[in-house]
Parts: sequence; structure tokens; C-alpha cells
Amino acid sequence: MKVSFKVFRFDPKKDEKHHYDTFVVETKLNERILDCLNKIRSKQDSSLSFRMSCSHGICGSDALTINRVPSLACQKLIKDYNYTSEIIIEPLRFYSVIKDLIVDLDPFFKRLEKLKNDEKRKPINKLEKRENIQSIEDLKQFEDSIKCILCGSCVATCPISLETDPEFIGPAALLRAYRYIFDSRIKNINEKMLLLEKAHGIWSCKSHYKCTLVCPKQIKVTKTILKTKRKIRERAVSKRHEGD
Amino acid sequence: MIYTYDVVVIGGGIAGLITALKASEKCSVSVVSKIHVTRSHSVAAQGGIAASLGNEEEDRWEWHMFDTVKGGDYLSDQNAAEILAKEAPGCVSMLEHLGVPFSRNSNGKIQQRRFGGHTQNFGEVPVKRACYAADRTGRTIMDVLYDECLMRKIPLHNEVFIHNLLFSENNCCGVVGYDIRDCTPIVFHAKTVVLATGGAGRIFKTTSNGYSSTGDGFGLTLNAGLFLQDMEFIQFHPTGIFGLGILVSEAARAEGGILRNNNNERFMLKYAPSLKELAPRDIISRAILTEINEGRGINGEKYVFLDLRNIGKDTLLEKIPEVISFIQTYMGISANEAPVPVAPTCHYFMGGIPTNTKGQVLIDKNHTIARGLYAVGECACVSIHGANRLGCNSLIDLVVFGLRTGKSASMYSKKYNRVSLPVETEKISENKLIFLLEKKGNSSVYNIRENLQNLMTEKCNVFRDGQNLSLALHKIYELKKKYSDLILNDNGTHFNYELQEAFELENMLKTAESIVYSAFKRKESRGAHFRTDFPEREDTKWLKHTLVASNLQGLKVNYFPVKISRFQPVKRKY
Repeated sequence: MKVSFKVFRFDPKKDEKHHYDTFVVETKLNERILDCLNKIRSKQDSSLSFRMSCSHGICGSDALTINRVPSLACQKLIKDYNYTSEIIIEPLRFYSVIKDLIVDLDPFFKRLEKLKNDEKRKPINKLEKRENIQSIEDLKQFEDSIKCILCGSCVATCPISLETDPEFIGPAALLRAYRYIFDSRIKNINEKMLLLEKAHGIWSCKSHYKCTLVCPKQIKVTKTILKTKRKIRERAVSKRHEGD
Repeated sequence: MIYTYDVVVIGGGIAGLITALKASEKCSVSVVSKIHVTRSHSVAAQGGIAASLGNEEEDRWEWHMFDTVKGGDYLSDQNAAEILAKEAPGCVSMLEHLGVPFSRNSNGKIQQRRFGGHTQNFGEVPVKRACYAADRTGRTIMDVLYDECLMRKIPLHNEVFIHNLLFSENNCCGVVGYDIRDCTPIVFHAKTVVLATGGAGRIFKTTSNGYSSTGDGFGLTLNAGLFLQDMEFIQFHPTGIFGLGILVSEAARAEGGILRNNNNERFMLKYAPSLKELAPRDIISRAILTEINEGRGINGEKYVFLDLRNIGKDTLLEKIPEVISFIQTYMGISANEAPVPVAPTCHYFMGGIPTNTKGQVLIDKNHTIARGLYAVGECACVSIHGANRLGCNSLIDLVVFGLRTGKSASMYSKKYNRVSLPVETEKISENKLIFLLEKKGNSSVYNIRENLQNLMTEKCNVFRDGQNLSLALHKIYELKKKYSDLILNDNGTHFNYELQEAFELENMLKTAESIVYSAFKRKESRGAHFRTDFPEREDTKWLKHTLVASNLQGLKVNYFPVKISRFQPVKRKY
């Protein structure tokens, strides 16, 4: 069967502005969108640029905007779309486009760095002592958040990042913070929470739930942000009581 | 652009990051990767990391060492296997203290499960030795290490492709490559270079490996005129999803999954009566293909069934959620309701760049070291895994030998002065880029690559023979000729992946050639290397490591003895 793809193109060396190219690909219902993009590159236009690596939804390289929704090209199959009309492939929103479907992810990774305080690190050595004890229930507290693959889809759909506060630290970084704050083994969580309270931090989030809707790993991102907010508030209250 | 560091690590997988983190305690270090650091193929490691913690039942490092050596069909260097088994528990403990979210048992300790070839009391019964974080073990280790790199402010050079090692005064003194974003040549001037470039599964048509596993470190080493070791030993994982090659973790069998042929027989009872589905991977892969070749594939097709229905939905979702989810996505199958079509898929390279147990690269059979050059992880051959690696021994290899390599590389950097770079190093990259971009030949990267992948899958797979290997060698020679007649249709400079794929293809061709030649020369069957024309293991002639290199005259092989200490080779049965 033949399916048409309308693909976003931009070459910084040649183009002032982006345009769209249409490619018709011979494919099957169970084929991945990524397979089709590869067919375009190997058979029709080798100058089409997009990132990929593991091809099964664990490395986070190939998040794209497919029919207006951020998705992993390796996780979506032809049958997931209305393939009788064109499937539209665009780069992720929010980030600046470097070439075709490739965006500059530096702002994404920089936001993860912002969460790192200058704590003294443990030496990188094999240890004589045994592991920390952690109950199954304590692990469950943050288990959902370790599924994150840093694909950037959540940021690319967040109305705060896109419209009201482009400096917003964003759902992925907040999820990463949650992962450590709710890990019973981590000690200095107060400092971590202080970092989140800075400008463009956690309070910029207005719970639009868009991140939760698009997360390719089905992480309940908004829920984790709300839980972190509650924890910060609780700490503030208990501090006030201490002051009394 | 020239960057200067004490240690430069090429490759941002788990081995590379552990090495960098360890080295950063003593000196300046940076990681260079052709993809973003968190995208490396280490993240795809599912099932677990082996260590004799004994959290579930009695376990000892001696048993782990024995299993590793026996699993490797006695080609493992036993000093290396001993280090691996002894240091594994301390390394897992380190990972846990860094924050890896291991699954827990009811006592709150790291939970452990069975895995292929890991046994109690020197081969008696399966033992629970695999520590894991559901089936996201690699991903979760990677995430913690990445955060650790950010906290230690280790500079990460993402999306830089390295195509040459630099040597002067008999020292490796850096690497040269280009920025994939815009084709700017980049030189790294270093006291020591660590290769952590992973495997080369992409030379096969069906592989569990991601697109980035193209054997770049093997290519860099061969191009420098150095040897690779034991390249004929390639692991085919028995349970790749049919047609796609994506892995269904061994954990699925550890949790109770059963392999069945078209007659609904549990055929592993025939091939490995004691360990059955938890026999080592080489044995199960041969069993599956024997069933298929003898007409007992499902409906005569080239796959068998992996039946997970007896495990129960809750356990499946708790223990192997990722696997269950992509079986659903790609096959449309609910694994708790229907069996999963599986077939062997190219998975892991036991061989690689020869190193000692400090990660130093060896340049001959007398164990002379290449000054300033290190290798670690899948691209290295210490040799721990011998002729066949056990599941979960890869992740632990990365950590144990990553620490050792990081320590040794930083000490080397402290001890010796910087060697100056050869002249005009940036020109090396510039010339290569111009040469490839302006070449006007007739062959496309994609055509040559597809031919290579088909060829390796047909002629150099699980079952091999002299005739096919010699044919393959000839065909690779032809493909190399075609490669010299290349044309790129894209001559852009920004994210030109066709250009990158051309560089990778050169590495793939050279890697494939070294594999096929080593396999052709080894006239016996051992571990993952099975010759239908020489079906027996022959210790008197072949209990030795292969070294292979290529120069202008062609390929050459050399051999050197295996280090044997505690365990004398005996016939391998499971």
C-alpha cells in the first residue's frame, strides 16, 4: 500500500523559510513511521535529516510532531493514523529547528542541569558496604517517574513553555526532580525543592495536563508535579510551625 | 577547533560514563558521542546486572566465575572472569548508592532473578543472581550516571563523529572528527584516549542493536593498524521479535516463559535437559534454528513461539512491562493471551579491541600495550565472555571494567607528560569530508549497506561453514571496491546523515571482514562460533585467542593462549 507523507523541510544553508515536501512511500499497516522515514532517506531523498537510535521507544531520539501531536516515530505504526490522507511530519515545537526534523535540544538538557546543586559527591568506587534498604512501597512512590526517556515531547506540548513562560523549567525537569525528591534514599531534598521554587520553576505549572496526554511512556507527569507542589507546601507549613 | 583534556572518552554509553566519572576524580575528562549521551544503546539493556549478592538464595563469586568461564566455552581469560565475579557485588552496591532504582524484595534488599547459565554450586541448579530494575535496567543505570556527569560538570560533546585516532611519538595523543551539526572539524588533544564505542550489530540484517551500533571503535582500531581479538564470536540472542529483531528479554524466560515449536513441544528439553530455557544463549539460538531448519518452525515459517501465558498478567506487567508493551505495539499481541513469534537476532560482540584488565589496549600477542590508548565495554575484549557471553554479564562488565579503566587512564595521565599533536590534524578531517562530499562515483551508501547486511545474515550467522565464509570474504572485498566508488546524493553540511552513514559503512565493512576472516580461520566449533564442517570443539588446536588485523597486503591472523587458572576445560553440557 502507498501512503503520503507531508514532511517539514528546512536547510539553514539554503532556505530563508521552511517548506513541506510530499513523499509517497510503499508501506504496510504494521510498519513504524520511523521505517517510512528511513525509506524516504534511502530511496528518495537522502538529505532528509532526523534523529534515531534504538528504534523501540527506549532511547528517546526520535520524538517528532506527527499529525500535530508529539510522538516517537519508532513507537507509532501506519495503522495508528488515518493513512488514506497525508501524514504530516514536523519537528517538535518549542525548540528551534536546525535542519529538517532536527531541533536544538540544548535548552532541554540545560534545564536538567539547573536542578543540580553543588552537593559533595560520593566517590565512584566499588563499595564494601551493602545496598540501602528500600521497601517495595517506597520504590513505588517514584517508580512511574523512572520510565522517562528524556525525549522532550512533554515540553513541546506544554502551553506554559509554548505560550506564557518560555523560560519555564518544564515538565521533564520537574519529573526528574520528583524522581529524586520522592526517593526515600535521598537525603538533601529540601535543597532540591528550593531549586524548584526559583522563578520559572514549579509554580509556573498550571496543570494543563498536556504533558501527561502526550508522554510516550504514559507517565502521569502532571500528577507528579502536583505531588511535588504539595510536598513543598507541607514543608513551608511545618517550617512556620517550627518558627512559632 | 581543538579541545584539550587529560582523558577523552569516545562513546557515551554506560562503560564510557563510568570511565569518565572515575577518571574525573583525578584529571580533566570529557565524553565525545555521535548521539546525545542519554541515547546510547546501553539504555536498551533490559534484564539485569549479574552479581552474587545472595539476596534470594546462597550465592558465591566462585560460582559466578565458573558460570562465566563455562558459558564462554572456556575461552574466557580466567583472571578477568575472576575480577568480574569478585568485584561485581561491590559495583552493584555502588550503583545502588548512586541512586539506581533497583527492584526490591520483601526485605527491602535488591531483588534478584534467575538468568541463563547462572547456577549454584558449579552448574547444579539455576541461581537468582540477576539484579534488575524491572526490564529497564540499562535505562535506569544510564539515567543515574548521566545525572552524576551533570553534577560533576563533565563536558559532554554530543553529536560529534570521530573518524581517526591520532598518534605521535608512539603514543595515542588524541582523536579527530567533525561536528555532525555543521561539519566543523574537531580535534581532541588528550593524554589518553578511551574507546567505549559499543558493538556492531548493524552489520546484520536482523539485530537487537540500535542504528548507532556500527562498530566505529573496531574501524578506528583496524585503521590504526592494530589488532582486534576473537571477532568470530558474535552472540545471537535467541528471542528477538520475529521480523524486527527487537529483544524479548531473557527475563521473560527467567520468569517462566517457555519455547515451543510447531508441534507445541517444549523443545529445549531435548537440547539442555537441566537448564532448558535458561541455558546459555548460543545453545538456545542453535536449538531454535535447528527446529526451524528441520521444519518445526510455526506453520513452516522461520520462527518459534515464546509462550508467556503461564506467568500471569500481573507478574508480566510488574517484571517485564517494557517488553510486554512493545510486543503489544509492534505485534498487536497481548503476551498473556497469545504466544509471541521469536527468532534469533544479532545481539553482542564477545570479541573486540584486545585489552588487559586495566583497559589498556594490547598491540601484540606478547601483551605489549599501546601507550595512551584504552578500550572498555562491548568494543573491548578483556576477555571475560570468551566464546559466548552470559546474560547480565555485559552490564556488570561495563561497571567493573569501566571503574578499572577510568582509574588506570587517569593515573596514566597523571604520570606522563602530554605528547604534542601531529601537524595539521584538523586538515585530516577537512580532507576526508571534502573527499566524501565531492566524490562522484556510482555506488550508494544504502545499496552497499543493504548488501552487506544480507550477506552477513546469509553467510556468517549462527551456523557457518568454510565454503560460505570464503564466499562472504570475496563478496566483502567486492563491496569494499564498490565503497571506493561511492557517491553521496546529499552534499549539505548540516546534519548530513548520508555522510555520517558513509563513515559508518567503512567501519562496518572493515568489522565484517575481520569477523568473516577470523571465523573462516577457526576450524572448530566453540560457544557462539559454530562450524557445520567442524562441529566439535577442539582444545588441543583451538584453545587460543584469535588476533586479526588488516594492512595493505590484506588480512592477517595471529593466536595467543587463553589464561586458565581455576577451571580446566571440560565438555560443556547443560
